[in-house]
Amino acid sequence: MTVVVKNLTKIYGTQKAVDNISFEVTKGEIVGFLGPNGAGKSTTMKIISCYTFPSSGSVKINGYDILEHPLQVRSLIGYLPEQNPLYDDMYIREYLHFIARMHKMGKHATSKIEQLIELTGLVPECHKKTGMLSKGFRQRVGLAQSLIHDPEVLLLDEPTSGLDPNQVIGIRNLITEIGKTRTIILSSHIMQEVQAMCNRIIIINNGRLIADEKTELLLHKFQNKSRLRVEFKNPVTKAILGSIPGLDTIEEKDGKWIMTSSDPEFREHIFTFAVSINNPVLEIIPEGESLEKVFQQLTANS
Amino acid sequence: MFAIYRKELNSFLSSVIAYVVIIVFLITNGVFLWIVPETNIFDYGYSSLDQLFEIAPWVFMFLVPSITMRSFAEERKAGTLEIILTKPISDTSLILGKYFANLSLVVFSLLPSLVYFISVYLLSSPIGNMDIGGTWGSYLALFFLGAIYVSFGLFASVINDNQIISFITALFLCFVFYLLIDLLRGLMLISAIDPFLEFMSINTHYMSISRGVIDSRDIIYFASMSALFLLLTKLIIEKRKW
Repeated sequence: MTVVVKNLTKIYGTQKAVDNISFEVTKGEIVGFLGPNGAGKSTTMKIISCYTFPSSGSVKINGYDILEHPLQVRSLIGYLPEQNPLYDDMYIREYLHFIARMHKMGKHATSKIEQLIELTGLVPECHKKTGMLSKGFRQRVGLAQSLIHDPEVLLLDEPTSGLDPNQVIGIRNLITEIGKTRTIILSSHIMQEVQAMCNRIIIINNGRLIADEKTELLLHKFQNKSRLRVEFKNPVTKAILGSIPGLDTIEEKDGKWIMTSSDPEFREHIFTFAVSINNPVLEIIPEGESLEKVFQQLTANS
Repeated sequence: MFAIYRKELNSFLSSVIAYVVIIVFLITNGVFLWIVPETNIFDYGYSSLDQLFEIAPWVFMFLVPSITMRSFAEERKAGTLEIILTKPISDTSLILGKYFANLSLVVFSLLPSLVYFISVYLLSSPIGNMDIGGTWGSYLALFFLGAIYVSFGLFASVINDNQIISFITALFLCFVFYLLIDLLRGLMLISAIDPFLEFMSINTHYMSISRGVIDSRDIIYFASMSALFLLLTKLIIEKRKW
């Protein structure tokens, strides 16, 4: 087990920010930490990275306890804080060299830095001071900073927040690429993101862990029904469509039909039915139960 | 420690802070030493830098807090402290790195004033007729004084993330230990604690080393006071373990 979190609790004043959370992460997993704002995601990350300390409970990274061996833990971890703080008056290379020196990387720091600048796509901006960079590039500098010492465990706190869609995709691909060889824990309140990148999802709300499941399993739990949006070329009525085999419910929305069914071959039935009434199907779009719904259902009850 | 030291010093030297500090120190002292009536060296009539060492603690009282006020306050506000504290760097080496970087700046500001030393040395009659030992002693005393001020400044910077408040706090600490304790002694309120107050006053030890006599008690005072405030700084940083 790379990361072992046991009965972690963190109390700020009277508020329980993290309430008795336990989980384990094995090497090579990309785990998504999902929860609404103020759920305790960042606090948990801050504890794992040795920035704040737990009120009770323990965290072990590769067998090193965060309280007993903080320096070993810190050298095993790459951490990108939520705000991604940077020294605005430092040049990108200067900043990365500073981080490398803190990791006591010595001579091979220079080649590693060049490699990271290449990997994170910072080449066109690398003569700038970090304060002059746009948000997306700042985030890349933050990511490069967290990767510099080839950490065993990468903690990314909302790595794509505030980025434009292209930048989000860029960072996502980068994380997926890096995740092939490393353990990554990333937090987000954006469901699609977690769904796209992570092979396991931990949902927390009000400091409590409410779900810890493989992404497909979590989705599957709420996905025994398929939900399809179907568009026909010519107008049809509800009565006609009602005779499609396997149909459970049907409703019209903006001239398109939302159908649900528990039949695994339902799409096939729609197609043959459309052919039989000589009314071509223009589109069949699965409206899968999104993580949002899962999330809403899970957090509403607790 | 070296990583932090180098980063801090670079940020001083790549911004205007270092140059402003050096120039202000040089000009303020220069004005009192050469121009202001009564205190200038020609009116004074002795070939010594006494006026410089009289005024320098006051200049440092304002300059040192203004260079140290950002050390922790700025990093906390910008969040970069989170970056540093999650790197394999101990709290002690973080604090010492910052301490020595700030102290280096104090030394840098002292160096150009050697020009005044050389000038007075050459102006004296016959040439070189001045208390060389006393002068070096005074420089050493000023260095120690700067070292204490820097530790006050770091402490003031870590207890608050507002730079102005940390400046005022540091200024106040310098003022208390340099002047206020001496003033209290003058009141002669409680004679029992007078030796203690005398020992606690920076001025006592500053004057003592300024004479050119290096007394272990003075060295111990300066070293332990700096260490005390650095230790307090460390305790505050560790307080995040709540």
